[in-house]
Amino acid sequence: MLETASPTGLSEPETAPVHRAFLRWAGHKIIGAKDDVRGMGAFLLITLSVALAKFNKSPTVVRPLIRSQIERAGINLLPMITFLALALGLVVIGQTVFLLHRYGAESYAGTVMASVVVRELGPAIAALLVLARVGTANVVELGTARAMGEVEALEALGIDPIHYLVVPRVIGLALSIFSLTVYLIMLALLSGYLFAFIQNVPLRPGEYFRQLAAALLWWDFILVALKTLCFGTLIAIVTCYEGLATPLRLDEVSRATTSAVGKCIIGVVLLDALFIFVYLVI
Amino acid sequence: MEQNPQFAGPLVEAIDASIAQPRSHYVLFSHVNWRVAAGEFWVVGGSQNSGKTSFLSTMAGLRPAAAGTVRHFGEDLSRLSEPQLLRQRARVGFVFKGGGRMFAELTVAENVALPLCYHKEWTEEEADPRVNAILEATALESEADTMAQGLGWGLQQRVGLARALALNPEVLFLDEPLSGLEARDRQWWRAFLKSLSEGSPLTEGRKMTIITATNDFGLWESANHRQGVLRDGRWQLIGEQANRSDII
Repeated sequence: MLETASPTGLSEPETAPVHRAFLRWAGHKIIGAKDDVRGMGAFLLITLSVALAKFNKSPTVVRPLIRSQIERAGINLLPMITFLALALGLVVIGQTVFLLHRYGAESYAGTVMASVVVRELGPAIAALLVLARVGTANVVELGTARAMGEVEALEALGIDPIHYLVVPRVIGLALSIFSLTVYLIMLALLSGYLFAFIQNVPLRPGEYFRQLAAALLWWDFILVALKTLCFGTLIAIVTCYEGLATPLRLDEVSRATTSAVGKCIIGVVLLDALFIFVYLVI
Repeated sequence: MEQNPQFAGPLVEAIDASIAQPRSHYVLFSHVNWRVAAGEFWVVGGSQNSGKTSFLSTMAGLRPAAAGTVRHFGEDLSRLSEPQLLRQRARVGFVFKGGGRMFAELTVAENVALPLCYHKEWTEEEADPRVNAILEATALESEADTMAQGLGWGLQQRVGLARALALNPEVLFLDEPLSGLEARDRQWWRAFLKSLSEGSPLTEGRKMTIITATNDFGLWESANHRQGVLRDGRWQLIGEQANRSDII
């Protein structure tokens, strides 16, 4: 039935196994992705229910853990995010303002900045930086803790592993990515103007910020906050899920880490696409 | 935490329970019937890889029974929700074998303080008197600020014991606590567990119910315990010390 002449002159039966292998591979990937989404969705719901049910439980243990996550995913990343904000200002904003000036379109500078930096690059860069520096460490720590039996030890002490290990990471990463994004956006917009100023673009500071203010609407602030909190939650849930949800041996921790990074990047891009859709609708 | 210290029935009870290997449906022991009364000291024997850890974990409520019923303080564990199960587990101590499974990023004192701060919502300062009392009783006070993971095997096992005692549990499970220890340490463990079972300041004078696993009954030769053995997929009670030398 499949035997039809192909343009290469090869008969179909010789290439069919390749097709079948590809279809089998794609099928496995699709089923695996479906199982992952279902598992992570359940994990997210469990985490949210634990966070709400135990909102004020064991503050002497959980609050220091949240603070430590904020320190790790937020404060410790300030030097790196400062560097990235300056680079972003130089590469994107300075160059864009300069190009707009060449074509006499300085009046669009604020709109371009709002679209590129505030809505897209700021949240995405902060999220990817936190994923690279903290998300990967999450998988290694939790995977190792699981492999070494520490999670079972927590359960034996009547300590909810989700409450102790996952909730502080979700809250810490969500707040950190939000804060880093705000910091990055402000620094990038400022440094971008400075680079444009150095290139003799005749754009007064007052005009630049008036354009920005005109381009940004109130829901921009809400959506950026929502987006960054979603990015943080997504990265924390995926990395904690990969570290905790399946029993790991120590030699499987590295595989779980690379898998988590891939899934986080796909998740961040898909979430970003969802927010683009929301922007278009609004 | 809600507790019922007046509970008069068996603290741990298995009724026709089946015990499976972890993450598998392979049943190691079936039709297990067992009652552990308050204050009893049980030694559970079995050869290497006979399934003692699975048996103990299931009886301690860390894993569900494959079939049948396991009760703690009269409550069927399979009917408890996860939060109820976690609360119930705080009344039962468990000392893991092979180093006690320390929390790597915490010191010895922090390992012991963690359950107190979590369940009783104490600050570290509030937990200090209890932590110090436990560390003193377990001869670990000089290691209080050492990272638990940095200790030797025997001391880690002892930290595991100290951590399990933090909440003053009513039942204490120990998975082969004497394995791999020197004779002097074994002697210390036996004497310490004996003091717990007879009532000590750490237990506020209450006789602690103790269930320990071993692959060598000879290690528990000098004490008078109730004994059972896991063999050929069956759980057998073998009475007070008598006639168990032909079993292991």
